[in-house]
Amino acid sequence: MAAMLLEARGISKYFGAITALRDVNFHVAPGEVLGVVGDNGAGKSTLMKILSGLFTPSEGELIFSGAPVKFGSPKDAQKLGIEMVYQDFALAGNMPIYENIYLGREPGMKFGPLTIVDHKRSRQMATDHLDRLHIHVKSVEQNTEDLSGGQRQAVAIARATAFDAKLVIMDEPTAALAIKEVGKVLDLVRSLKQHGVAVIIISHRMDDIFYCCDRVMALYQGTNFAEAELGKTSRNEVIGWIMGTKGHTASLAHDNMH
Amino acid sequence: MSDTPATKSGFSLRGPGMSKFLEVYGIILVVVMMMLVLAVIKPEVFLSAQNLTNILKQNASLALLALGMYVVIVTAGIDLSVGSIMGLSMVCLAVASKAGVPWPIVLLIGPAIGLLVGWVNGVGLTVLKLPHPFIMTLGTLNVARGLTYLISNGAPISGLQPEVRYIGQAYFGLGLPPPAGIPASLILVAVCAIGLWFFLEKTNMGRHIFAIGGNPHAARVSGINVDQTLVVVYMISGFMAGLSGLLLAGRTDSGFPNAGIGIELDAIAAVIIGGASFFGGRGTVLGVLAGVLIMGILRNGLNINNVSAFWQQILIGLVIIIAVYIDVLRRRAAVRR
Repeated sequence: MAAMLLEARGISKYFGAITALRDVNFHVAPGEVLGVVGDNGAGKSTLMKILSGLFTPSEGELIFSGAPVKFGSPKDAQKLGIEMVYQDFALAGNMPIYENIYLGREPGMKFGPLTIVDHKRSRQMATDHLDRLHIHVKSVEQNTEDLSGGQRQAVAIARATAFDAKLVIMDEPTAALAIKEVGKVLDLVRSLKQHGVAVIIISHRMDDIFYCCDRVMALYQGTNFAEAELGKTSRNEVIGWIMGTKGHTASLAHDNMH
Repeated sequence: MSDTPATKSGFSLRGPGMSKFLEVYGIILVVVMMMLVLAVIKPEVFLSAQNLTNILKQNASLALLALGMYVVIVTAGIDLSVGSIMGLSMVCLAVASKAGVPWPIVLLIGPAIGLLVGWVNGVGLTVLKLPHPFIMTLGTLNVARGLTYLISNGAPISGLQPEVRYIGQAYFGLGLPPPAGIPASLILVAVCAIGLWFFLEKTNMGRHIFAIGGNPHAARVSGINVDQTLVVVYMISGFMAGLSGLLLAGRTDSGFPNAGIGIELDAIAAVIIGGASFFGGRGTVLGVLAGVLIMGILRNGLNINNVSAFWQQILIGLVIIIAVYIDVLRRRAAVRR
């Protein structure tokens, strides 16, 4: 536990009378890929939005590299290297790939709040960055609306890692993809891990979890339910966690294949 | 981006490159073709220096309004209040001019009123969270027009200081016999258009405006302060409307309370004819200016051919529908590509 990158202690979140999270603890280490599972309404999205600065927790604290932190906006989290990849990719389809990658952080000359954007440098930076991640596109000038789902996801991941990211949170990274593109995106996750980036994957797909995660944790009705190293659990057990059961998992599994 | 090297992008010249060229400059071809047709039908009238200068002068105010409206439409918004802002600005600066306020201050009144009403629009939209800018600006359309009537008592106010009239009336003869020459209003429009183009294409805030029009959620999670940007957008639109009020007051040497009634619809039409998408995120400054010119030349052409004003309105309506239909066809072709 010495070298945790991000730790959450006793996080609770209330929306009026509704309790979305209750006393949730959580941690992730550098270069670790953590799978977060849970049924709809289990609190996965709320927890991720707290980690990425979109929500502030009602109770509890976040500790980043050993020091307590408070995020007022996603920008605060970004400054520490915490980036979020959204399920719908959150790209502006009317704009080219390179502008999407640097949206909100455009390179150029600064005059107070205004930046004169250096489009040429931005294009070059985007091209180099995509090369580093082995992402192939025809041109960084292409509008993202002209890309396939997998290419869009790749651009979203490129944006998340454009500025020395330490932690990338991915919400259902394969849900909107064609099957043949899933593998490429998951390989991209593995290569982030090799670069020492911590990755959190929220997914319903056991294939995703068991392909690239080191550890998996389950939330159930807004609380910690279970967690384990990937080698010490099985698909059926994890599916049981999602449904809120421990033990006698074989009878509850939806695929009695073994 | 017209400066894409064909080799780097991998586009062939005849494929998407050509359609991209037409997308950006096709509208200019329309303007040139209209001018050619009129030059053939009525060469001695249409091509006269007086007529050409008139087209530019008459449409300068609309051009300023349309430029401001364009920024709003890029964010998928709409600003119905620009005509009323124009009227309010004219009347206020006319009152101030008559009261002997020093002219440098009078010059600032129009744009300042525009900024103020634009700020109210932006704050109403983002802080009160009214569901659509249509509603907020419909409100300020009425409020500003009512104020205009209150201040003027419903009667025109004429007789402005010469310095205030300058921008609306001045001319640069360039040694040519009058009425040929470059109107100062044209220079103002050019400066505003170039300034706006630079702002939208080359600054981060300009790019954020396009991002908001394309996908507001993406803009928000990229750390862009969407609400603050929208307030600036409506202030730009208001500022341009105030400036166009100053222009029209100068040209007519008066502030009349009915000025600019319904002109917001002309501004919207010009932006749409110019190829901007009503759903946000798409358009060019050049297209907007071309849209203004298409409407101006159409009206002028019908005038000099003695077609009644009633027919003009019918034709403008048809042009709006056709222009957007062409856009629909082009987009469909782009999807199939």
